[in-house]
Amino acid sequence: MATQTPTRPHGSPDSRAPRARLAWVVLRNAWRSLTSMRTALILLFLLAVAALPGALLPQRSLNQTLVDSYFTQYPWLAPTLDRLGFFDVFASPWFAAIYLLLMISLVGCVLPRAWEHLKGLRQRPVAVPTNLARLPHHDEFTLDMDADEAATRIRTRLKGWRRTETATTFSAEKGYLREAGNLVFHLSLIGLLLGFAAGKLYGYEGQVIVQAGGGQFCNTGILGYDSFRAGLRVDGTNLDPFCVKVDSFTADYLANGQAQSFDAAIGYQTRADLDAGVTTWRPFPLAVNNPLRLDGSRVYLQGNGYAPRFTVTFPDGQKRTGQTQWNTVDPTTMLAQGTQKFARPGVTDEAQRKLTGLAITGIFAPTSSGGKVITSVFPDLRDPEVAVDVLRGDLGLDDGRGQSIFQVDQSKIDSGALKRVARVNLVPGQSTTLDDGTVVTFDGVQRWVNLQVSHDPGQDYVLAFAILLLLGLFSSLTIRRRRFWARLTPITGDDGVKRTVVEIGGLARTDRAGYGEEFDRLRADLAKKDD
Amino acid sequence: MVLTDLALYSDRLYMAAVAVYVLAMVLHGVEYAAERASKQVLVGAGGPDVEVEEAPARPRSERYGRMAVSLTVLGVGLHLVSIVLRGLAAERWPLGNMYEFTSAITLAAMVTWIVMLRRTPSMRPVGMFVLFPVVVLLFLGGTVLYAPAQPVMPALQSYWLVIHVTTISIASGLLLVPGVASLLFLLRRSGKLPEFAAKLPSADVLDRLAYRVTIIGFPLYTFAVIAGAIWAEAAWGRFWGWDPKETVAFVAWVVYAAYLHARATAGWRAERAAWINVLGFAVMIFNLFFINMVVAGLHSYAGLPG
Repeated sequence: MATQTPTRPHGSPDSRAPRARLAWVVLRNAWRSLTSMRTALILLFLLAVAALPGALLPQRSLNQTLVDSYFTQYPWLAPTLDRLGFFDVFASPWFAAIYLLLMISLVGCVLPRAWEHLKGLRQRPVAVPTNLARLPHHDEFTLDMDADEAATRIRTRLKGWRRTETATTFSAEKGYLREAGNLVFHLSLIGLLLGFAAGKLYGYEGQVIVQAGGGQFCNTGILGYDSFRAGLRVDGTNLDPFCVKVDSFTADYLANGQAQSFDAAIGYQTRADLDAGVTTWRPFPLAVNNPLRLDGSRVYLQGNGYAPRFTVTFPDGQKRTGQTQWNTVDPTTMLAQGTQKFARPGVTDEAQRKLTGLAITGIFAPTSSGGKVITSVFPDLRDPEVAVDVLRGDLGLDDGRGQSIFQVDQSKIDSGALKRVARVNLVPGQSTTLDDGTVVTFDGVQRWVNLQVSHDPGQDYVLAFAILLLLGLFSSLTIRRRRFWARLTPITGDDGVKRTVVEIGGLARTDRAGYGEEFDRLRADLAKKDD
Repeated sequence: MVLTDLALYSDRLYMAAVAVYVLAMVLHGVEYAAERASKQVLVGAGGPDVEVEEAPARPRSERYGRMAVSLTVLGVGLHLVSIVLRGLAAERWPLGNMYEFTSAITLAAMVTWIVMLRRTPSMRPVGMFVLFPVVVLLFLGGTVLYAPAQPVMPALQSYWLVIHVTTISIASGLLLVPGVASLLFLLRRSGKLPEFAAKLPSADVLDRLAYRVTIIGFPLYTFAVIAGAIWAEAAWGRFWGWDPKETVAFVAWVVYAAYLHARATAGWRAERAAWINVLGFAVMIFNLFFINMVVAGLHSYAGLPG
């Protein structure tokens, strides 16, 4: 924006003071335009527009896979979008800039208004206008009573109004809560944002897969989790310690395969239990929509799947049993894919180890379609079957590289270091014998659950401010600020009866959605004849 | 089985309600046309419209209008019973998929319309324009979005469904009426189609209708979003996660907030505010259809095959 600089020659004696004043003027004008309603409106629009890509483009915080596929789909566009932060809209600097400016604008607008409102609360209602007939609501009527009685009647009727009176006039005002509500609403927005920020700083969220039938998990460190999203000020030490044991998991399905209920019977030990050395578990029915709430942390049932159990009997008679969760690839039929890896026991020679590793890899169908090539036809455990390849050779477990628990290292197959020695379909209890006499048995299947542990120290504040915000919004939109005046003129009729002419006027100060009905009721109450 | 009978009755009543609404819309149209023909409208240059009325023609068009209103009330009755039967048939709160959601939104819109009409009878010519989007939504609901009555998935089995989805439907339905009123307000103010627009209530009345309904719809919508956040905390482990549905709900909220601010800003009070209000409802509709059906997210409960 171009600012006008004064064309004063340099070095003139009074050049400093005007320059300071200029800076002040520029600052003041900038502040005024930032806190003006027009700017607030523009910022609101910007906020709305800036949030939209967060819904229309895949977001890293929600689904990394979708972001990756966007990159392969639009390789010419995605890197640019990424550099501009379009895959992390709500963490991008431009989104933050908009809402921070909006908050500053809000503070600049609301604080002076709050001050004005407080001052206004101590002021008396405005004196009666000279000409009440010029107000939008006006009426005049005569009461068959003297001025004192008329005044009493008005006083009674105006209970709950803030009012002042002189001998013959009344000024009253009502609906101060409208402005108060408005201020509460706006200030709550700031509180809500602060609570939200606190959650992002000091909160964390971790996922962990635990096998049903006694699997345990303790919230002692990040390493216990399969995935962990830490707040900016969380380093993984000082997690709130507690333990969870998953006793059983049950899922109910409708005939068409739609899930009807997921329940996990769990036991837990709180920090106090652990400190006291308690060994028993407190039971809890964990379910979707029914998280376990411990002080500060919550445990959620987020997902489930199957973990097939295999036993390998080696030619020398040694047995090894393994059970690893398999990855659900189709959530409607719960078809799962995975790998169970075994190292041959007692083999310490490195070269031998590279020849004797065993991997059982393939798919698991909870309700098998049967036949040679199986798939799953129903998500529940009705007719389980695995279709697996048994691979032998170098699993690459000693290479020092991390590898997926769901897959074998494909490069080992490609290089021929890992060879297929059997391809077989097995139902529980069935086994197959390999060429060297090794027997692979599919023992059965256990369910696993995916637990999420969430910790958000800001959320209670967010809720409190959200409730305040709502109350503020309701009162600022439903309450009307309105004024009411009355002027009494005592008259004595020809018959000597004392009467009072009452002139009333009303003005709604805020919106156009009328104060007519209320004014009419007021008028009717004041003007009605005594029984 | 009794439950499938109930589901069938519910579907039949839904269709009957749509038919009655269509008939009401046609009658409103006839009234609109008849009254327009019976009036000579002189549009002065910048001055107020001068309407020369012919006394005998008026009652007839008015009769059509009154019939349309009666039919609308009948339609609302059928519509309501259809939703109740759907709930009984599925043995749950009847807001478990997009079909039921659309049905509830349109019912809320029609009830809002009838209440507004009772308060301001002169609003009647607007009926056709309120019924039109409602009929379109109901048609889409009954065809594209239709899902049979059955239980809902575990994530939806919560009393928060009753609170969150009911309030969000009522708020969405409420906000439909101001969306229509603001559009008509813009038509009235633009001076385009003067003959057509002259039959509408005055711009001022339309504007007031839009504002009065919005200031009820907006806090209710705010409540519904907060209730949704509370539910999300219990079901998904976080109260707000910028799921696409949440994001667009936020956008709609910001747009309506902008509308209320525009109403208090010099130079923005009239047309610009009305445009913002129309935009707000457009975002609500976008959130209802596009986000649920096209964008993958946690709110994909359409219950649609595939």
